[in-house]
Amino acid sequence: MIKNISNLGDAAVYCDFGKDVNREINTQVIKYFKTIQNKNIEGINNLTPSYNKLIISFDLKKTNYKTIKKLIENLDINIHKDLQSKKKEIPICCDESFALDIKRLEEKLKIDREKIYENFFKKNFFCYMTGFIAGMPFLGDLDIDMRVERLETPRVKVPKGSVGITEQFANIYTFESPGGWNIIGNTPKKIFDNSKEIGPNLINPGDTIIFKNITKKQYKDYNE
Amino acid sequence: MSRNYFKIERAGVNTTFQDQGRKNLYHIGIPFSGAMDNRNYLLANKLAGNKLESPVIEFAYQGPLLRYFGKKINIAVTGDVNFLIKRNSQNIEGKCYQTISLENGDEVDIVSTNKSVYGYLAISADLDLKYQWSSCSINTKANIGANEGKKLKINQEIDILKINKNINQRKIDYLNIKIENIRVIKGTNFDYFSEEGKKIFFEKEFIISRLTDRMGMRLEGPKIENIINTNIKSEGLLKGVIQVPADGNPIIMLSDHGTIGGYPKIGVVISADYDKLVQLVPGSKIKFKEVELSSAENLFKLYDLETQNLISQI
Repeated sequence: MIKNISNLGDAAVYCDFGKDVNREINTQVIKYFKTIQNKNIEGINNLTPSYNKLIISFDLKKTNYKTIKKLIENLDINIHKDLQSKKKEIPICCDESFALDIKRLEEKLKIDREKIYENFFKKNFFCYMTGFIAGMPFLGDLDIDMRVERLETPRVKVPKGSVGITEQFANIYTFESPGGWNIIGNTPKKIFDNSKEIGPNLINPGDTIIFKNITKKQYKDYNE
Repeated sequence: MSRNYFKIERAGVNTTFQDQGRKNLYHIGIPFSGAMDNRNYLLANKLAGNKLESPVIEFAYQGPLLRYFGKKINIAVTGDVNFLIKRNSQNIEGKCYQTISLENGDEVDIVSTNKSVYGYLAISADLDLKYQWSSCSINTKANIGANEGKKLKINQEIDILKINKNINQRKIDYLNIKIENIRVIKGTNFDYFSEEGKKIFFEKEFIISRLTDRMGMRLEGPKIENIINTNIKSEGLLKGVIQVPADGNPIIMLSDHGTIGGYPKIGVVISADYDKLVQLVPGSKIKFKEVELSSAENLFKLYDLETQNLISQI
C-alpha cells in the first residue's frame, strides 16, 4: 500500500510505496495505476507507474494537489484482483556484432559467456514498468551473480533493438538512444510500434517475458 | 482547384510543428511535448484567427525561410523575433504580435530570435498534418506526430487544406520579460544533498549550458554535493523537474524529456515560470528561489489569468 503521499512540484502527486523493489510492491503500483486510469478522473492528465512509485500529473487549471491527494487516499483498490498479464517471447541474436559488452561482462562477473547466456535465457522476466524512451520495458529480476553496474561512460548511441542488463534488470532499446546498460544482444522484433495509437507497446507492466536465442541468419530473415 | 502551400527554402535550427501536446502517455514512455512557451503559442493562434489549440510552427534561434504560393492568407509571429517579409524583391521588416497578410510569392524570413530561444508562426488555415494521439506535435525522439516525427527540412512543402475566412487585422502590445530568478518547490530528494549543497542551490548563480534542447536544460556552476546516494530507483519525471546526477550539475527536464529517470530530484520549477524558463538562452545566468506549494498555486492562477486577459484583448 502507499506509504507516503507528497507533492512533486505544483502539478503532480508523488505516491511512495516503500523503498524496496520487488514484484509484490510493483504489483500494488500497477493496480493503483490501472484503477486510476479506468476512473478517468477530471484533471488528471498523466500517470507514471515505476518500480515502487506512482506519479500522478494533473492540470493545475482544473484541479490541485489537495483534491487529488484526497481522492487517492479514499480510492477503493481491489488488491485481490489478478493483473491481466500476458506472456511474450522475444527473439534475440547474441552474435558478437550485437553483444557490445559481453567481454566486459565476462570480466566483471567472472563468468564465461556461455554461462551468462544460459542464465539469461532460462529466466522468466517480469515487466516492472515501461518508459524513459517510448515503449522501453524494465524487466527483472536477474540472479544475484548476474548483477553488474552500468557502463562508467554511457554510450552516446545505443543501437535500436539492443538488449541490455544492469543490476537486477534487463531492458530493450526501442529506439536508438544514449544509454549506459551492458548490451548482450539485439532483437529484430518491433517492441514499440509508433503507427499504432492503441497498444503501441508490445510489453506492458505486469507481463512475463522470456527471451529466445536466434542465429544471425534467423535475425536477418526475421519477418513479423 | 489550385493548391495553397508554403515551401521551406531554409529549415532553421530546430523547426517543428507543435500544439498542446499529448496527454496520458507517460506510462508508455511518451512525454507531453507541445509548444515550449505555451503563452506565446496561444497568442500566435489568436492573432492568426485560429482555434487556440491549432498547430503552429515552432522555431528556435534561427527560424525557417518560407515561400508562400496561393491565395491571400494571414499569419502571425510571436516571441521576441526578428523577421522579414519579402515581397517583389522588397524587404519589409516584420512585426510580432499582429496579423500579417501574405500574397502569392511572398517570403517569410525568420532571421533570428532576439536573446530568447523559441518563437511561433501561426498560419490562419487548416494544415495538412498527421495527428497521433490527438496531437501533431513532433517528438523527434520517438518519431511521433506530423512530418513523420522529424524536424522540418529544406524543400519540404506545407500543404494547406483550407484557408480561414479573412479576419480583421489583430494586434496586441506584448513585451517578453526576461527573468533570472526561477521559482522552485523543493524536490522529493532535497535531503539527499549536503547543507552546503542546498545553500548553493538556492543562493548561487548557475549558467545555462549549450547542451540544452527541447528535452532538457543543463546547468553549470558550483557543484551540488550529494551525501546519500547519487542514484535513486528509476521513477517518473515531469517537465520542470531538476535532477542532479553524480557530477553535481543540475539538469532541468523540458517538454520532450525522458519519462523515467534515476537521478535525485532537488527541486521542481513552478508551473508559472516554465514559459519564461525555456526562453533563457545558453550562457544566461539563472538563480533558484524557493516557494511553497500554496504560493506556486496562486502564482499559476495569476499567470493563467494574465494569459487569458491577453487572449481576450486580441
